[in-house]
Amino acid sequence: MWAPFEKRLSEAKIALLTSAGVFMRDGQQAFDVEREQSHPEWGDPSWRAIPAGAGPEDIGVTHLHINTADIQADPEVALPSHLLAQLAPEGVIGAAAEKHIAVMGYQDRHLNDWREKTAPEIVAALRDERADGLILAPA
Amino acid sequence: MMPAVAEERRAPRVVGVEFPFGHAFGPPGDKITQRRVLELALRVLGGAASFGTRVDFDLEWPVPEREAYRAWQPAEPSPIVRKLIEARRGSNA
Repeated sequence: MWAPFEKRLSEAKIALLTSAGVFMRDGQQAFDVEREQSHPEWGDPSWRAIPAGAGPEDIGVTHLHINTADIQADPEVALPSHLLAQLAPEGVIGAAAEKHIAVMGYQDRHLNDWREKTAPEIVAALRDERADGLILAPA
Repeated sequence: MMPAVAEERRAPRVVGVEFPFGHAFGPPGDKITQRRVLELALRVLGGAASFGTRVDFDLEWPVPEREAYRAWQPAEPSPIVRKLIEARRGSNA
């Protein structure tokens, strides 16, 4: 779907979305890879809100389809929230979101849970955040 | 990453980054490359004039392709890959 980006970037609030399976170790569950082990065509359709200040020590990464070592060591390779935050005082963007979005990229091909639950919840969270734009970064 | 797939899935704006899976913004610790990719994505977000705009990032991964391919693979095959391998073995038996 196309929507023109009508705000000036320097006045816009920007959020990030990664499909790397990132979650917060404190207070969030890892993505459900146990069920995927027993149901190989299923992927956890849930999502996590990742605070912008989260660092390598705060996050875990669950994704059975990629080597997650580099993401764990430097989450900015998948979710550059600290770099994005630096661009606001420089005037490149208006503001960075306080919370970004993480999902796990391997999904059931029918995407029913995504259509009915995950995507609407993410849209609502981004509206609550008053985000003007979202950069999706596949893992 | 996989810009052809993003186009096929009708992503409204695409930044083509031919980096290994899991590394959309660049190598770990390479803040210069990560920032360049992020700034390009922002320029495309804010500046694309029409559906399907694609801009390719102009840097190749600093590791030979075969080596990079091995590096991004998980230590164990994913469940679906394992299932496909077992199915192929079964059909060849």
